[in-house]
Amino acid sequence: MMEQIIDQEVSTETPVISIHGLYKSFGELDVLKGVDFTVMKGENIAVLGKSGSGKSVLIKIIAGLLKADKGSVNVLGQEVELLNAKELDALRLRIGFSFQSSALYDSMNIYQNLAFPLTMNNKKLNAQQVTQAVEEALDAVGLLNKINQMPADLSGGQRKRIGIARTLILKPEIMLYDEPTSGLDPNTSSEINLLIQDVQKKYNTSAVVITHDLTCAKQTCNQVAILLDGQFLKMGPFDEVFKSTDPQIQSFYNYNFINH
Amino acid sequence: MEVKANKYIFSKGVDTFFSDVYKAYSFTTRFFKEAFVAPFHFKEIIHQSFEIGLKSLGLITVTGFIVGIVFTKQSRPSLEDFGASSWLPSLIGIAIVRALGPLVTALICAGKVGSSIGAELGSMKVTEQIDAMEVSAINPFKYLVVTRVIASTLMVPLLSLYCSFVGLIGSYVNVHAEENTTLAIFYKNAFSTLTFIDIFSSLAKAIVYGFTIGIIGCYKGFNATQGTRGVGKAANQAVVLSMFLIFLEEVIIVQVANWIRNF
Ligand SMILES: Nc1ncnc2c1ncn2[C@@H]1O[C@H](COP(=O)(O)OP(=O)(O)OP(=O)(O)O)[C@@H](O)[C@H]1O
Ligand SMILES: [Mg+2]
Repeated sequence: MMEQIIDQEVSTETPVISIHGLYKSFGELDVLKGVDFTVMKGENIAVLGKSGSGKSVLIKIIAGLLKADKGSVNVLGQEVELLNAKELDALRLRIGFSFQSSALYDSMNIYQNLAFPLTMNNKKLNAQQVTQAVEEALDAVGLLNKINQMPADLSGGQRKRIGIARTLILKPEIMLYDEPTSGLDPNTSSEINLLIQDVQKKYNTSAVVITHDLTCAKQTCNQVAILLDGQFLKMGPFDEVFKSTDPQIQSFYNYNFINH
Repeated sequence: MEVKANKYIFSKGVDTFFSDVYKAYSFTTRFFKEAFVAPFHFKEIIHQSFEIGLKSLGLITVTGFIVGIVFTKQSRPSLEDFGASSWLPSLIGIAIVRALGPLVTALICAGKVGSSIGAELGSMKVTEQIDAMEVSAINPFKYLVVTRVIASTLMVPLLSLYCSFVGLIGSYVNVHAEENTTLAIFYKNAFSTLTFIDIFSSLAKAIVYGFTIGIIGCYKGFNATQGTRGVGKAANQAVVLSMFLIFLEEVIIVQVANWIRNF
């Protein structure tokens, strides 16, 4: 008993996300077919996989945006399926979700985009505290000068960063990044990669990074997992996974580093 | 792989129709469940009410005025044939307050407000802004749907009263050109045959229309799919469906009001 307790406090070996036997289909389309997936505290895992393989579906299930058909999804010690609306909201405040499409609120400027989740969840903050939190989060992504602009006036990379800032303002423990570098040029991509590393250091988060981009996976994550045909084909440190001679893994690697 | 025969209970079209009806029904019941539970977004309700009011005010002014003029112009000859042109104001009062005011307002709002709610929520849906609210622990149904439906339920009756008022002014302009009445006498005559039930049922109608426009716009927007194409579709279907329902409700409410009147 004693040993176990001490063990939990000291080590990083506490899972923050642990998924077992997860199934999800849409009508006749079976997307996830028995996914097992664990993220330890302090760990960044890259999820790689072809377009349409169900990567976004997986993290939407983690955040409770989609319901699993079967299987258990445990996030920060709580079974997502069993939570009521209030408990789910409480859990969601501890998860940051960076959307593939950034999902900034078009009708609000950048300041309002960041202030909105904060004020809606904490009515007691005064204007000065809100402004300070917004500025701090914008500063963390290096876009403080855009505070009064509208999302439509920003570039794709800037929108991604604002999207990340908007989640940081709630001080999440887990970050879910859905293709943070897709559609961006290599320079902007590497800025985002650095930002993801910074966020992990500064906010002490664990993260799931969905990507097609092996450079992003290598730079931002200590583990990679390859999703294929609704299951994880392989999981482990980058070099170890890509040492494999499995033709499917090799073709993924070659596609990224040779054909491009 | 199992063979999935008999996928549909009746046929694809019929099945989707019934599942759509059921979805719209649960969307509506969800509104009633969430509308009366805190938190209430009063600021957003006021903001949306302004949006809805301002968006349709100009068009309603012009249309109401023209409907008043045209309706009076068209009714005059037939009344004159019977030597009953002195009844004109009260006929117009009944026609405009009971029927035309609410209906014209509802149709204009279905077009302007319904389509803009459908398009706005539709684009928020397909660009994942609604999901983004949800993951930051904000209930998008409450913040987006409940506020808009309440706003349109409040604003359409107000706009409908305004439309009737403007319509009567239009009518007066036409009456004044033909004979010498003052505005006050015209209004007095117009309201002489109107009863409490007329005004009440006219307001009740407008409330129902306002609710319909809000809920259908939100329902279509909230369930938009297939990217930008879905946004246009949501806006379009919001208008078509709410106009259809408005006519249906018109028939029902008129029947019920007649029944009460004769009771
Ligand atoms: N809400 C939904 N309704 C129906 N089908 C869906 C839904 N969400 C996803 N799908 C389907 O599930 C499959 C997996 O989608 P998902 O978005 O997870 O892919 P992805 O791996 O993220 O691909 P990409 O790299 O292109 O983003 C796709 O075929 C998609 O059409
Ligand atoms: Mg995706």
